[in-house]
Amino acid sequence: MAHTFTYPRDVKTVYYFGTCLVDMSFPQAGMAGIHLLRRAGVEVVFPQEQSCCGQPAYNSGFLEEARAVARAQIKAFSRADWPIVVPSGSCAGMMRHHYPEMFANDPEYFDVRKFSERVFELGDFLHNALHVRYEDKGKPVKVTWHSSCHAMREMGATAAAKALIGQLSNVELVEIEREYECCGFGGTFSIKQPEISAAMVADKIEDIRATGASAILSGDCGCLMNIGGAMEHKGVPVAPRHLAEFIWERING
Amino acid sequence: MGSQHLDFTANVTEALADRQLRANFKSALTGLMKKRVAVLPDAAERERMRDDAEAAKRKALAKLPELLERLERRCTENGIIVHWAETTAEANEIILGIMRSHDATKLVKGKSMVSEEMHLNHFLESHGIEALETDLGEFIIQLNHEPPSHIIVPAVHKNRQQVGRIFADNLEGIPYTDVVEELNAIARKTLREKFRTGHVGLSGVNFAVAETGTLVLVENEGNGRMCTTVPPVHVAVMGLEKVVESLSDLPPLLRLLTASATGQLVTTYVNCITSPRKDGERDGPKEIHLVILDNGRSKMLADAQLRRTLQCIRCGTCLNHCPVYIRIGGHAYGSVYPGPIGKILTPQIDGLADKGVLATASSLCNACEEVCPVRIPIPGIIRRMRTEAYDEKGDGVVKGHGAKKNLLETLVWKGWELTYRIPALNRFVVSMLGRFGDKLPNVGPLKAWTSVRTAPRFASKSLHQLAKEEGIRHE
Amino acid sequence: MSSTARDRIFARLHAARTTVSPYVPQGGTWQAPMLDKDQRIELLKKRMETVRSEVHVLPEAEWSAKLVELLKVREAKTLTYGHDAWFGGALRSKIKGKGMPRLVPYGENAEAFRDELFGIDVGITSTLGGIAENGTLIVWPTPQEPRLLSLVPTVHVALLKADTIHSTLAEAMREMRWAENMPTNALLISGPSKTADIEMTLAFGVHGPKELIVLVLE
Repeated sequence: MAHTFTYPRDVKTVYYFGTCLVDMSFPQAGMAGIHLLRRAGVEVVFPQEQSCCGQPAYNSGFLEEARAVARAQIKAFSRADWPIVVPSGSCAGMMRHHYPEMFANDPEYFDVRKFSERVFELGDFLHNALHVRYEDKGKPVKVTWHSSCHAMREMGATAAAKALIGQLSNVELVEIEREYECCGFGGTFSIKQPEISAAMVADKIEDIRATGASAILSGDCGCLMNIGGAMEHKGVPVAPRHLAEFIWERING
Repeated sequence: MGSQHLDFTANVTEALADRQLRANFKSALTGLMKKRVAVLPDAAERERMRDDAEAAKRKALAKLPELLERLERRCTENGIIVHWAETTAEANEIILGIMRSHDATKLVKGKSMVSEEMHLNHFLESHGIEALETDLGEFIIQLNHEPPSHIIVPAVHKNRQQVGRIFADNLEGIPYTDVVEELNAIARKTLREKFRTGHVGLSGVNFAVAETGTLVLVENEGNGRMCTTVPPVHVAVMGLEKVVESLSDLPPLLRLLTASATGQLVTTYVNCITSPRKDGERDGPKEIHLVILDNGRSKMLADAQLRRTLQCIRCGTCLNHCPVYIRIGGHAYGSVYPGPIGKILTPQIDGLADKGVLATASSLCNACEEVCPVRIPIPGIIRRMRTEAYDEKGDGVVKGHGAKKNLLETLVWKGWELTYRIPALNRFVVSMLGRFGDKLPNVGPLKAWTSVRTAPRFASKSLHQLAKEEGIRHE
Repeated sequence: MSSTARDRIFARLHAARTTVSPYVPQGGTWQAPMLDKDQRIELLKKRMETVRSEVHVLPEAEWSAKLVELLKVREAKTLTYGHDAWFGGALRSKIKGKGMPRLVPYGENAEAFRDELFGIDVGITSTLGGIAENGTLIVWPTPQEPRLLSLVPTVHVALLKADTIHSTLAEAMREMRWAENMPTNALLISGPSKTADIEMTLAFGVHGPKELIVLVLE
């Protein structure tokens, strides 16, 4: 899949697609993303009719339901052609790559593709379109990073995330063994194949523990909910943090 | 045959509990992943090779009937006898017929996944014919009466101690050893005697070149050359997707097959067979048969998405990179083709009723698609298998489409659609979850989730609310 | 029965064509680098040595002396070869006397020779060329030099003329006009027989030759 996106220049306004999971369970991470964009001098528009990218149904074999929900999003973001910034590599990948696939044989295909080309992952957009600079005001800390599979393989957003973390002078980033490997979330996979998912997240936690980091950062709340929930269940004292929330705290001291 | 009932959940439980098995897989596959990168260090060059390899296979599929006709014509001109089999049962009967016409009772086999698909060994043994695997890995597991657990390294699930035990228990006069060199020497001595005395040799085919009627086989051990050279009769079996148009298609395909399969630049042998022994030649089989098997493949060709399954060159690299395969190993899939390629190939061959469950065993992490040398969109086809399994629209084409359709899931996803399509309903549901989400009964999906995790938490105020309260522009 | 199977298979294949988009991605974008003669020899040697082949680059006149030396070290008892190979005469005149193996020409059909062949120590063959990119020998067996010479004996010695080494497989296929000349059996050989089927541990000589020795003749 293509990772070379054309980034808009002189961005004045962006749309923000918060994702269903952030909306329900991680709204502070979503707000941190909005704050980072506004700090970069960009006006943020958050359409209230937005909900979910449709990936749960799409990945579970319910294509028509996914298409209906996708259409609702396309409509909600249709009043202007501003970039659409998403605090999740997975949801961004869905809207960027899979929307055109879902509508490949429909009359609206070309409109869908235009929509898709406006979709960016938050960290990638901050780094590559807005060229943000951050000054770290926090205490020295050791963290590790987990890329969601889709942030890495569909949105190519890993390097940008690490570059942003790299700007924080008091933050030491320790890379995790098998960074390329899935944490075992996979949406409905985690409940359709709970034993395999459990084995995957258990191994991921061992690799996280081995870094000695006090926090695990990611740009995707699905992975954080999986890894964080499993670490809490096991009593592993490593904090799961969304990248945006982490950066916002560091630069505000 | 091939579609025995699969209890995938039981298989997974058993595999995950076997610590030795998991350690064997993890160590071997991590090594293979590293070797692949080492032999394809330049990403840009690797992508150009993938462009060429994908193009060669898609071109061949786009003109498959013509190429198969040309292959048949060329082979026949060269003196190779071509047979067609719609089903594995037909292919088995053809091979039995060849064996009987030569009063042959000993078959020496090189590695062939199609022959596994046919369950050929079992079939021939039931007709009094010894079918002996000669690839070292296949030999080991045949001695232990097991199927392969990997399509390239069939005994990857065994460590040296386990192999030593299998040899000591099954080969006459062989004491236990766990020294790899000694184990190899035992196999060499045993099998060279079998090559010398075999009546018929069987092989698979990696690429069949239509232009020249040439069967191309790659291998490292030399057992494939033995099977195709020493016995007086050679039988090659192939799926009908193995044909490529011309010799010039081979260089990128060979390079990527080898690099992806074992992390080598090239295999020890590339064995190109174009005819049986000619007048004046002193060795090689006097008779060569090529059995071309369909077994559901021509049906895959008819669908633009599903046909891409047929691009597969059986390198096994999707297995090596799959986080699910790495943990449960090959046997849990209960099918000839395990791992990501198995999740899309097996349900299409055996049907969704029996094997549709395999498509649920993927987190759709895309690792397979990222490494596939011929760029098969495996995650997309896994999704397709899931969609076909429910077949909500009633337009499915895969065998057993709609087999998993049920009222409960249909209603759940209909409810999901309404919740996320209608903003007012969405606001209501999210606010209810914020208020009462922590009081959900711990049953069903939530119970599966909380077996190793704490329950998800729901914020008292949604992002929608927070954004509104902070005055974020909303249109 | 199988002719009707054929008809049914082809009926499905032909029917499938009409339902499928004709899109085929472009190929022909990858090419391994082209090398000059010294680079070809050097790369071939390097690649072959990586997979534990033994490679000696030497003037053509010196190959038989080198062979005597190699056979002596290995205490080879028997050596098989093609009687009418280009080096056959030289072999017969140089490989004789104390400490040298008995020469056994591959002069009969395999059916008669097979049992003896499986006990022979060394097989020596000519080659049609080499391929530098992968460290590969091109061997097209002939009535004079049959297929099993390079497979069954414990050691395979190959004579490779330096000016027949190609840069790439694609180049070799083009220049040798493979498409018009495919022999009964065309082999690419890139090392001794090997396996890693037990714990991914590399071991040599599992079925075929335990050693491959290449004499590159300049």
